[in-house]
Amino acid sequence: MQSFRSLTKAMFLGFVRDKVSLFFTIVFPLMFLVIFGALFQDQGTSPARIVQVGDVAVLDDLRDNAPDSYEALFEVTRSDDLDAAVETVRQGDADAAVSQNGETVTVHYSAADRTNSAVVLSTLNGVVDAGNLQRLQVAAPDVPVTTVDNRQVEDESLSAIQYLTPGLLGWAVSISGVFGAAATLVDWRSKKLLRRLRLAPVSIPEVIGARISVSLATAMIQLAVFIGVASLPVFGLSLTSYWWMAIPVLLVGTMAFLALGMVIGAIARTGEGASGLANLVVMPMAFASGSFFPLDMAPDWLKTISWISPLRYINDALLSVMVRGNDPLSVLPQIGLLVAFTLVVGFVAWRMFRWDDL
Amino acid sequence: MDVAIKVADLAKRYGDLAAVDGVSFEVKTGEFFGILGPNGAGKTTTLEIVEGLREPDSGEVGLLGMRPWPRNPELAMRIGVQLQSSAFFDRLTAREQLRTFAELYGVSSARADEMLEVVGLTDKARTRIEKLSGGQAQRLSIACALVHDPELVFLDEPTAALDPQARRNLWDLLRRVNSDGRTVVLTTHHMDEAESLCDRVAIMDSGRVLTIDSPAKLVRDLHAATHISISSGFLTVEQAAGVAGAEAHVEDDGLDLTFTTHDPARILTALAERSALDGLRVRGATLEDVFLELTGREYRA
Ligand SMILES: Nc1ncnc2c1ncn2[C@@H]1O[C@H](COP(=O)(O)OP(=O)(O)OP(=O)(O)O)[C@@H](O)[C@H]1O
Ligand SMILES: [Mg+2]
Repeated sequence: MQSFRSLTKAMFLGFVRDKVSLFFTIVFPLMFLVIFGALFQDQGTSPARIVQVGDVAVLDDLRDNAPDSYEALFEVTRSDDLDAAVETVRQGDADAAVSQNGETVTVHYSAADRTNSAVVLSTLNGVVDAGNLQRLQVAAPDVPVTTVDNRQVEDESLSAIQYLTPGLLGWAVSISGVFGAAATLVDWRSKKLLRRLRLAPVSIPEVIGARISVSLATAMIQLAVFIGVASLPVFGLSLTSYWWMAIPVLLVGTMAFLALGMVIGAIARTGEGASGLANLVVMPMAFASGSFFPLDMAPDWLKTISWISPLRYINDALLSVMVRGNDPLSVLPQIGLLVAFTLVVGFVAWRMFRWDDL
Repeated sequence: MDVAIKVADLAKRYGDLAAVDGVSFEVKTGEFFGILGPNGAGKTTTLEIVEGLREPDSGEVGLLGMRPWPRNPELAMRIGVQLQSSAFFDRLTAREQLRTFAELYGVSSARADEMLEVVGLTDKARTRIEKLSGGQAQRLSIACALVHDPELVFLDEPTAALDPQARRNLWDLLRRVNSDGRTVVLTTHHMDEAESLCDRVAIMDSGRVLTIDSPAKLVRDLHAATHISISSGFLTVEQAAGVAGAEAHVEDDGLDLTFTTHDPARILTALAERSALDGLRVRGATLEDVFLELTGREYRA
């Protein structure tokens, strides 16, 4: 027990004094969070830029009756020259040019920017439909109308940061787990420290246990830093009430990554070899596990691969408890799978453990 | 117990190379035992097999009556080892390093600090391991080997990187350790060190033990000639030849006139009679000569 504590202390001190690994385990993933968070921040909330040619009754009515919606939906410039307005759209300086002739609203849009065109078309359709519906109701007040009440299932304030935080946090923990275990083993072995420890009253479980505690502590620091930064007003992460369930998820997840790192550490002979091999495992795993983009967008083969990735289960579980607000027990299957992964890979690591290279 | 180490017919091959080739020796409890030999002789390999770090291909090792291979936790507390290449925890200071090792052996940090003082590193206590000089790191490594007061100490070239002062200090330390009744086994390339410290030495080459005995006995058994020199110019060539007689050999290099003889008393008496003792130096055979005779090569550092 005493040996375990001393080794843990020595390893932890060595870790926090190593600027490079501190950077790669804490700052580097955080940079991704900051960059992605800023990149995706205002997506979908900017109003459609339209050029209004002449009088367009539907738009004018909307402005008079519901100025707030009008402001939120459209950014209108006026023009009397249809050709000039269409040219503006062609250049991409506006999303659509709109004119109205009697009961026909004409919309000129560009196929070059499909997303914005789709948004502006459906918005204008919606506005026109609403106007029509209102007139019909005035004409026939007895006829019941069906309306759709849209409700987003997530928190109202859901934004990119809600998806990014769990995914990038899972990735960060995988980096520190895999690299930490692999590098320590290879380092200590190549510097002959493991052979020196072999002569001391220290057992393999104590050496590995020390590595585990340092990684678990690191994962908790990462969790705190990530939540802290993502919760800043600029990013605006809002956690659900069961976010603390992320702690056990990250703890078992770290064990899974450590086991993986120990196998790599047993295979590799040099520090460079270990970090290369660790990269070869961690980077594809991050892509195949939805750390950077949702797996729904991934091709089928990638989704298939994701089933064997421990990071996938961590990301799923983190998203579920931190953002979707599912109850704590709902992530038990993921935790179970992670434990199973740890046991299998950990057993392999145990069998492969070497004190030295001789 | 009388015998601390008993090694019988040890062999270890690396590919075609017989690193250790039929080595046998015994070290008694409380003895100071040295292993000498040129680079690549198999000293480190032998030592590490005895410590339980390497598995021999064949042969028997008894260490304090136990088998060191595979790992024997019972031995850990009783032996102290300084490896040829120092092994430390990254980015820890000298004091943290030693305290960590002390804690691993269940020894107080006061004892660790005391050890730091003993090897003269107190003023380097807060220096990170990466910033220590070669000799300082070596002293720290020795302190780590001794911190838990082991009854059997293995030191692989402990003075290799030390300056003369630190070397003398370490000799004193090792003599103290040994006079407490502890067994010390060391390898060295310094013949003076072996002569001054060791009760017995084993001279190895190419994986084999060539001879084992006390340094004094080895030197005596060599029956080597004694070199007697005086300053040139006090004796003419004829006079010198007269002193030398048939038995001794004379050589004058312009600075020194040197007699090489197996009967030094006769030469010295003759020189004294002629009052030709200016710049007198007498050099008897040393372990170095034994080494040279046995391995057929100059000692290479
Ligand atoms: N792990 C190994 N793999 C292959 N060859 C080895 C290994 N360890 C030692 N050898 C070889 O065995 C021989 C003996 O090596 P050893 O380290 O025991 O020599 P030594 O007497 O300690 O030399 P030195 O004075 O240089 O420390 C050398 O020729 C060395 O190249
Ligand atoms: Mg050696």
